[in-house]
Amino acid sequence: MTQTGAQPLITDEMRAEIGKESAPWTCEVDKTAIRMFARSVGHTDPVFYDEAAAKAAGYRSLPCPPGYLGTPVFHPSTSDSTFGGRRGAGPGPQPSRPLKRVLNGGTEIEYFDDICAGDVLTATSHLAALEERTGSIGDMLISTNKTVYKNQQGKVVAISTGTGIRY
Amino acid sequence: MAANWDEIKEGTELPVLKKNCSTQQLVQWAAGSGDFYQIHYDKDFAIGTGLPGLIVHGALKNAFLGQLIHDWAGNTARLKSYGCSYRGMDYPNEDILCKGVVTRKYEEGGEKLADLEVWTENPKGQKTTPGTATVRFK
Repeated sequence: MTQTGAQPLITDEMRAEIGKESAPWTCEVDKTAIRMFARSVGHTDPVFYDEAAAKAAGYRSLPCPPGYLGTPVFHPSTSDSTFGGRRGAGPGPQPSRPLKRVLNGGTEIEYFDDICAGDVLTATSHLAALEERTGSIGDMLISTNKTVYKNQQGKVVAISTGTGIRY
Repeated sequence: MAANWDEIKEGTELPVLKKNCSTQQLVQWAAGSGDFYQIHYDKDFAIGTGLPGLIVHGALKNAFLGQLIHDWAGNTARLKSYGCSYRGMDYPNEDILCKGVVTRKYEEGGEKLADLEVWTENPKGQKTTPGTATVRFK
C-alpha cells in the first residue's frame, strides 16, 4: 500500500525485469581466499586452514566457511572498486517517484552440497520479486534477488536470497 | 565437542561466542570479504557520512553467527539454510555476543534436522542481527 493519492512506485517496466536471468559469472573457490576469510572472522577450526584436517573431517578440501559465498572474485574491468562485487549494467528501470536511501534487508542461503576449495562455481542472478509497503520510514520498495550457484558438475549447490529496501 | 543429535532438544542453547572487533579485525574483514567501504576503517569518512564513528560490517556479524553454528554443530553436521537481517549497528571495541537456541528438532525426508534461532546482542542487550538456521545432523 502506498500513501493516499500517491501513484504506485512499481512501474510496468520494473515488473518486466522480474525473472530475467543475468549473464553467468564464475566464482573460483580457493584455499588462500578461504584462509583469509576464516582468519578475518576468527575461526579456530583447523578445517578452514589445513587441508589434511579438512580431509580428515570428510571434506574434499578446505570447506567454505558460512558467509563465504558471495565473496567477490575481483577483476578491475568488471568489479566495483570499493565493494568488490560486479558492477551492474546500469541502474535499470526506476520507480515512479525517486527513492534516496538503500538498506540491506538481509540475506538467506540454502545449501545443497559441500562447497570446497578447488570448486569453480557458476552463478546467475535474477530479480525474484518487487513489493511496496508503507512503514515508519515512509514508502518502501522491497526487492528480492536470487543468486543460484552451480558447481563444476552443473549441480545447484546453493541459492542465496537477498532483500534490498529503498525508501 | 560438537553437538549430538540425540542429546539436543528444543530449548538447547548454543555456547555463547563472544566477539569484540578491533579496528584491525575490521581491516582483516575488509580484505577477507572484499568490501572496502570506508565507514568500517576510516573514522573521518564514517563521521562525514553522519555516523557516530566506525561501524562493524553487517556481513561480518552474519559470518560470526555462522561461526557460532559451525563451532556448535561440528563437521559431521551441515548447514542446510541460514539467514539473518541487519537491524542495528555494532561498533568496534564493544562486545558482540553471538547466541542461539534450538527452536525445533525433527526428522523430515530421512534427515535429522534442527531449526535454530540465532542473534547478536550488543552491550545494551539489543538483538542487532537476528537470524534463523536449519542444521542437518548425521
